[in-house]
Amino acid sequence: MDFFLQVFVTGLVVGSIYALVALGFVLIYKASDVINFAQGQLLLVGAYVSLTLAATYNVPFLLAVLCALVGSIVLGLAIERFILRPFIGEPVIAVIMATIGLSSFLGGLIQVIWGTETRTFPQVFPTAPVHFGPAAVSQVYLWSLGLSILLLVVFSAFFKYSSTGIVMRATADDQTAALSMGISVKKVFGLTWAIAAVVAAIGGILLGNINGVNSSLAQIGLKVLPVAILGGLDSIPGAVLGGIIIGLLENVVGGYLDPLVGGGVKEVIPFVVLVIVLMIRPYGLFGKEIIERV
Amino acid sequence: MRVRNPLVMDCGIYHTSYRHDMAILSAPAARIKVLVLVALLLVFPWVVNPYYVGVANLIGIAAIGAVGLNILTGFTGQISIGQGAFMGVGAYTAAILTAKLGFSFWVALPVAGLVTAAVGAAFGIPSLRLKGLYLAIATLAAQIIIEFVIVHWTSLTNGAAGMVVSRPSIGGLVLNTNQSFYYLVLALAVAAIVFAMNLMRTKVGRAFMAIRDRDLAAAVMGINLFKYKVLAFAVSSFYAGIAGALWGHYMEVISPEHFTIAVSVEYLAMIIIGGLGSVLGSVYGACFIILLPIILRGAAGYLAAGIPGIETIMLGLQHAFFGLIIILFLIFEPEGLAKLWKNIKDYFKLWPFSY
Repeated sequence: MDFFLQVFVTGLVVGSIYALVALGFVLIYKASDVINFAQGQLLLVGAYVSLTLAATYNVPFLLAVLCALVGSIVLGLAIERFILRPFIGEPVIAVIMATIGLSSFLGGLIQVIWGTETRTFPQVFPTAPVHFGPAAVSQVYLWSLGLSILLLVVFSAFFKYSSTGIVMRATADDQTAALSMGISVKKVFGLTWAIAAVVAAIGGILLGNINGVNSSLAQIGLKVLPVAILGGLDSIPGAVLGGIIIGLLENVVGGYLDPLVGGGVKEVIPFVVLVIVLMIRPYGLFGKEIIERV
Repeated sequence: MRVRNPLVMDCGIYHTSYRHDMAILSAPAARIKVLVLVALLLVFPWVVNPYYVGVANLIGIAAIGAVGLNILTGFTGQISIGQGAFMGVGAYTAAILTAKLGFSFWVALPVAGLVTAAVGAAFGIPSLRLKGLYLAIATLAAQIIIEFVIVHWTSLTNGAAGMVVSRPSIGGLVLNTNQSFYYLVLALAVAAIVFAMNLMRTKVGRAFMAIRDRDLAAAVMGINLFKYKVLAFAVSSFYAGIAGALWGHYMEVISPEHFTIAVSVEYLAMIIIGGLGSVLGSVYGACFIILLPIILRGAAGYLAAGIPGIETIMLGLQHAFFGLIIILFLIFEPEGLAKLWKNIKDYFKLWPFSY
């Protein structure tokens, strides 16, 4: 039981971070119909920039995070302007390959700049674990869970109530109609990428505080795919629920099966779920079912 | 009187029979060119240093895999991010058959192709319902699940430790030099290219292209989407399996890290850079992607010898360069090197009187 509680709590925390990263992913898809295979690299850039500032240049942690977020905004805008904009109206296959190219490009640059060895953040969160009955949870986990929930609430409110959020939803719904209402679709796309990069960077910083930062962190970018597909590619509540389900599943199932098969189950479970979801319900839990008519 | 540039092919070709019309190489100049090219390829290993023959072997193997991926992605429009894993299935099938079960390489090679085709077809089944990005994600799942199986089915694959395989032999002759292996690769690569070129001129190939251009319209015209999509996956994976089996028996050691998602991205890069929907483009792309790291490394050897961690930096630069080139080609020349080459030839057809 203790073990179950432990993996359950870990799953919940990891799931909330997945939810956060998936949020950025779903945003881009909703606004511009682009699947972003480079989400993991965006996450890594945010984590590395804040880490370098905090660890190498001794910038206070919060300031370092702020700089990383500003950097992510610039990066997101630049990606949209220089890479994605030429693909507006191109077939979806070209756009997919462009973001795969982008992920390779960013991943390579990250490796050139920061190398491959794991780096750790300076101690920010206290190390003493908090006890919930028999399960011990380190404070970093609680902070990430709290922050993720806060951010998810903020973003949900942003999309529901702020005029920018409404403009973005309008663009996602119908680009032509949005254009005719005087909305600058290009600006919305830029903003979408900026937000996605920021959300990814926050996820990266949180994960970096838990496990340290190395290039394998970018694999989260791939794990976001099962999360987003399970929840429904165009659904924000779906991304949240999907993230938590995937996080729980991989930690609970992985926790019990890993000793039997020699590890690695955690990495593959989300993709097994992905294949099953694609087979029976490709539009996910909350996604919009698209019916094709001739 | 006809005025023509003696350096280039004729501009117009008159077909006088169906046989002539159907030929792949209808112009005499093209036929001579191909014969010269084949002759050059045959003498190539004896005039250059064995190191370059080794590079040529890698290019040939990559070309087989790239042609396979192009049949699926370029001709049928089904994007796949799993080519690396499918090559792994082929390499491991062949390795298990030869190293563990003692079969001959010549049995293992086709069996590896068939097993990989079956695995590829199985992962292609969702393609009936999924298209575009959903299919890309499904093939990504295939990549990760296959990698997991290779690493964790240790009794069969030795897991992360990898397997040692030996070079194939014909009769008593073991193909243990780069030169002798070169002829095996050359023969298979040429067969793969010719088969792919001919496939695209048959009913099956035309069905593939119809599906790529508009699958609903293809279905309306009576093309069985399920059959042809799964068939495209099977053919493509067969190529991947053959390439993987060859690669394993050429390198003599295989391990899971040779069949990762990075390899799949490399193959995608090959067909994008070479030209989607062009068989020869796949070959150009394979040359480009195999030669690029070698050239980069050579350049770095001169510029940065002795810098610590140069290997990691080189690897990073290589990935960054791949990514950049994929994006640039997609933006500026989506039809790749094949189209660039065609543009150059077209320009010189009328040279110096082009306008």
